[in-house]
Amino acid sequence: MKVRVTISLKNGVLDPQGRAIHHAIEGLGIHGVQDVRAGKLIELEVDDSVSDADLETMCKQLLANMVIENYRIERVPVQDSVQETV
Amino acid sequence: MAAFRSAVITFPGSNCDRDMAVAIEQICGGEVLRVWHGDAALPDKLDFIALPGGFSYGDYLRSGAMAARSPVMQAVVEAANRGMPVLGVCNGFQVLTEAGLLPGALLRNAGMNFVCREIALTVETSQSLFTAGYSQGQQITIPVAHHDGNYFADAATLDRIEGEGRVAFRYAEEVNGSARQIAGVLNSAGNVLGMMPHPERMIEAAQGGSDGRALFQSVIEGLVAA
Repeated sequence: MKVRVTISLKNGVLDPQGRAIHHAIEGLGIHGVQDVRAGKLIELEVDDSVSDADLETMCKQLLANMVIENYRIERVPVQDSVQETV
Repeated sequence: MAAFRSAVITFPGSNCDRDMAVAIEQICGGEVLRVWHGDAALPDKLDFIALPGGFSYGDYLRSGAMAARSPVMQAVVEAANRGMPVLGVCNGFQVLTEAGLLPGALLRNAGMNFVCREIALTVETSQSLFTAGYSQGQQITIPVAHHDGNYFADAATLDRIEGEGRVAFRYAEEVNGSARQIAGVLNSAGNVLGMMPHPERMIEAAQGGSDGRALFQSVIEGLVAA
């Protein structure tokens, strides 16, 4: 089973990386982008024995820093994983 | 007190561990033990632990995140909770926040650049083991060298640590976008200090100044008096 964890910065937390990307997008001559926030995507291949509670523990204790980040856990069908769609 | 015994923890990617050990050895004296991140236990009868600067585990995931979960850090957290004095400088500060020993987090510098220069700091409290040798409001010069030094905590946390006198140092100039210019923070018991500037790099005239000495002197004098 593939699990996709998306980590994003909480609202109100400054994102200098997002700001730099935004600036670079404008450099492409594309305007109208209102805001850019950069995050992380972590894909895990897990056994069925890994429970939802285990995933929550991983996110809270390691993958995300709850002071500054939010996380979202999705269990994704294998054919929908990043590798499969590239 | 028996001979002063301290430990400097080295993680893969630490690069200020030797400087830290030299500073402690020269100023505090005694025995400075070098401890590897994979050690499950700390040496016996320690008086002081220092977490050095660097880029532990290549800053993978977040600065300090992997180091905070290394075997030795569980022992450091237990020791800190028992009252052991712990100093974390730069990456050491990031590790302490990631390990939950200090509030807040260190984000990418607001200006996006790595900042490496001498900066002016204001000593915010002299009522701590680490800052007793300074006077409150004293301005000192200490170098910084970091990419992720932008201190962040929510407003309630900032109000609380300010109210409890737990801001040890504040930048006297704009450096990295830190909330309320906070450069160093104490835990509620006062035995853990994390700071982005490097006091161990400012201990003798050959380094351009010695404003960092008083921090190490405060620790040894405080512990001898205790």
